[in-house]
Amino acid sequence: MNKKNEASPGAIRKISDSLDAYRENIRNPPKFSYRVGEKGLSEKIVREISASKGEPEWMLQKRLFSYRVFKTKPIPTWGPDLSGLNLDDITNYVRPEGKKNARSWSEVPDYIKNTYERLGIPQAERQILGGVAAQYDSEVFYHSIQKRLEEQGVIFCGMDQAVQEYPELVKPKFMTTCVPAGDNKFSALHGAVWSGGSFLYVPKGVKVEQPLQIYFIMNYPQYGQFEHTLIMTEEDSSVNYIEGCTAPHYETASVHSAVVEIFAGKHSRVRYTSVQNWSKNVYNLNTKRAIVQAGAVMEWIGGTLGSGVTMLYPCSVLAGEGARADHLTIALAGEGQVKDGGAKVIHLAPDTHSTVISKSISRGGGIARYRGLVKVKKGCYGCSAHVRCDGLILDSSSGSDTVPRMEIEENDVQIGHEATVGRISAEQLLYLRSRGISEEEATRLIIAGFVEPVVKQLPLEYAVEINRLIEMEMEGL
Amino acid sequence: MAWKNELATRNLRTSVGGKPILRGVSLSIRPGEIHAVMGPNGSGKSTLCHALAGDPNFKTEGTASLDGKDLLGMDISERSRAGLFLSYQTPPAVPGVSVANYLRTIYNAARAPKPPISIAEFERVVKKEMGALRMDEAFLDRYLNEGFSGGEKKRCETLQMALLQPKYVLLDEIDSGLDVDALRIISHDILRLRKERGFGVMVVTHYARILKFLKPDFVHVLHMGKLIRSGNAALAARIEREGYDKIIGDGSR
Repeated sequence: MNKKNEASPGAIRKISDSLDAYRENIRNPPKFSYRVGEKGLSEKIVREISASKGEPEWMLQKRLFSYRVFKTKPIPTWGPDLSGLNLDDITNYVRPEGKKNARSWSEVPDYIKNTYERLGIPQAERQILGGVAAQYDSEVFYHSIQKRLEEQGVIFCGMDQAVQEYPELVKPKFMTTCVPAGDNKFSALHGAVWSGGSFLYVPKGVKVEQPLQIYFIMNYPQYGQFEHTLIMTEEDSSVNYIEGCTAPHYETASVHSAVVEIFAGKHSRVRYTSVQNWSKNVYNLNTKRAIVQAGAVMEWIGGTLGSGVTMLYPCSVLAGEGARADHLTIALAGEGQVKDGGAKVIHLAPDTHSTVISKSISRGGGIARYRGLVKVKKGCYGCSAHVRCDGLILDSSSGSDTVPRMEIEENDVQIGHEATVGRISAEQLLYLRSRGISEEEATRLIIAGFVEPVVKQLPLEYAVEINRLIEMEMEGL
Repeated sequence: MAWKNELATRNLRTSVGGKPILRGVSLSIRPGEIHAVMGPNGSGKSTLCHALAGDPNFKTEGTASLDGKDLLGMDISERSRAGLFLSYQTPPAVPGVSVANYLRTIYNAARAPKPPISIAEFERVVKKEMGALRMDEAFLDRYLNEGFSGGEKKRCETLQMALLQPKYVLLDEIDSGLDVDALRIISHDILRLRKERGFGVMVVTHYARILKFLKPDFVHVLHMGKLIRSGNAALAARIEREGYDKIIGDGSR
C-alpha cells in the first residue's frame, strides 16, 4: 500500500493544479521580445553565437569544426522520415531578454518567473529538490544549488557558465571522447550551435541524496533548442539528475537536438531521468551517451510523450570491469507521432551487465519502434545483457515493431531478448469489467499496469503526468 | 413471473458459434440459500456461471433476472453493479496493476453514484476485510493474480466478494487446484460472509468434496445443458457414492 509514488490525494491535486497551469501556459504563451539570430546556419552565425556569449577561443574552434562536419554529413535515412525538417528554416539561437545565470529567484524576469511559478517549480525546489535550473529557450536563467552541496564541491550550473568558469573540467570532456561532433548529423549541428544546458560535477565520495532537476521550455516558433548536458561523477559518488522538457504548440516545425554526455567514474552511481513533452511539431533528435567505468552503475530512465518525430537511443559504454547499465523507457505514440527509440549498450570490459526495459503504447495512427543494439566485444567474459521490449497497440491504424541488433563476439556471456507486440487482452478486459467497472476504466487500468515497471521509477509529478496523458489519449477511443 | 427476491432463470439457453450448450435451465436462488450445480465435464457448468455473469461470448435466450430486474439486457459490468458476483475458476493475471489499486477501483465503482472514498479510508476498509480472511497485508502490493498460487487466487476472489457486497454469488469450480485444508478455509470464509451479508450462492462443481464443507440447501445435476435432477445434500452424497453415470441413467430414463 505504501508504494513509492503513491501520495496523499492532496498532494496529487496540488500537482494536477500546477499541471493545469502549465497547460494554460501552453495554450496562451506569454508575449515578450527576443533577440533573434538569423534563420539557417552559416559560419557567420556560428561565430556570432560564440561571440555573443564571449566564449574562449577553444570553444569557438569546436563550434567551427562541428559546423564543417555538419555540412559534410547527410541527414540519416535509416530511421523515420525527416523530409519535413528544413534546417535552413530553423532559428538556431534565441535569447530572451534578461540577466542570465541569475542565482536568486528575484533576478529572473517576470514573464519567465510567472511561467515557472505556474509550474510550481520554486515551491518544488524548496520542498524536495537539491537544486533547480530552468532553461527558457536558449539560456539558463535560474540556477541554484543547496549550500551544503556547494560546500562539498558539487558544481551544478549552466553549461555556458561552466565553459567560462571551469574550463579545466569542461574542455577535455566536451564533445571529445563521449559524443564527438562527428557522431551523427545532429550531434554535429548541436556542436555548432549548442546553447544552455547543465553542467554537473560530483567530487569523489560525495553522495547527492536529493535529486537535481532542470526544466526546459521552448517558447519561440521555428526555433531549435540545443542544450548540452555534461555530467561527471568521480569515484564512489552518486547523483540523481532529472530533466523535464515542454513546449507550447506552434504551427511551424521546431527542432530539439540535445547532447548529453555522462562520465560515470569508478564505483559511482548516476541516475539520469528525462521526460519530454514537446509539442507535436517538434523534431526531437538527441544523442545521449554515458561512459561507465569499473564498478559504476548508470541508470537511464526516460519518457517520451510529446514531439512529432523522436529519434533517441541513449547509449551506455561499459568501459570498466563490473560496470552496469539499466535502461528503462516508455514512449507514447499518438496521432501524427513517430517514436523511434531504444537503447545501445556496448560491453567493452568483462563482467559487465545491462538490462533494457522498453515499453511503448501506440494509438491514433502513431508508430512506436524499438531500435536497439547490444554489443559484447571479444574477451569480455562473464557479461550479461537482457533486453525486454513490449509494444501495446490500441487500434488498427497504429503500429509497433522492434529492430533489435545483437553483436556478440564472446561466448561466455548471458544474453536474453524478449519482445512482445500486442493488443489489450480480451480476457483481462472481461475479468475487470465483471467487477463492475466500465470498459474505458478497465482499459486504463491495464495500460497503467503495462507501463508500471517504468512509471514507478519516475518522480511523482512525472508519474502523475504520464497517467493523466494516458487518460487524455484514451478519451478518443 | 420473477420474484422480488431471487436470482432466477427460466428456460435459459446459450450457444457459442451456433453450438448449443445450455438447453433450457430454470433455477431459483433466494437470498441466503446455497445451491450446488453438479455435473460431469462438458455438461455446461462453467457456461452457466459465465453466461449469467454476462460474458458476451455466449449468445443467450430465455430469461434471467436478479430481484426482478432483467439481467440479459445488462452488460457484464452492469450485472456486477446489480449485485451479481462471479468467482473465477482461473482469474487472469493483470501485470503491473497492484491488488490495492485494483480493489480500490472496483470498490469505488460498486459505490457509485456515491462519491469514491479516499485512499486512507479504503485502506481501513480493506484491511478489516483482510483481517477477517486472515490475509497478509503484503498481498496488497502484489500485482493482480500475477504469480499467485491456486489458493491465493481463490482468496483474492473471496476478498473481492467481501468488498463488493453482492446479493448473489456464483462460484465457478472454486475447489479446483486446492488441497483439502485450503478448501476448508475458503468454504469457512464463504459461509461466514453468507451469514453476515445474507447473499445467495450458486456453486458449480464436478466433485462432491467441497459440498461437505459448504453444505448446500439444494443440489442440482446438470447434464448436456439441462438440469436433470434436483434434491438436497443426499443427492450429492449419492453422486459421490455411485458416480454420474448411474444418476444420469436414472434421470434420462
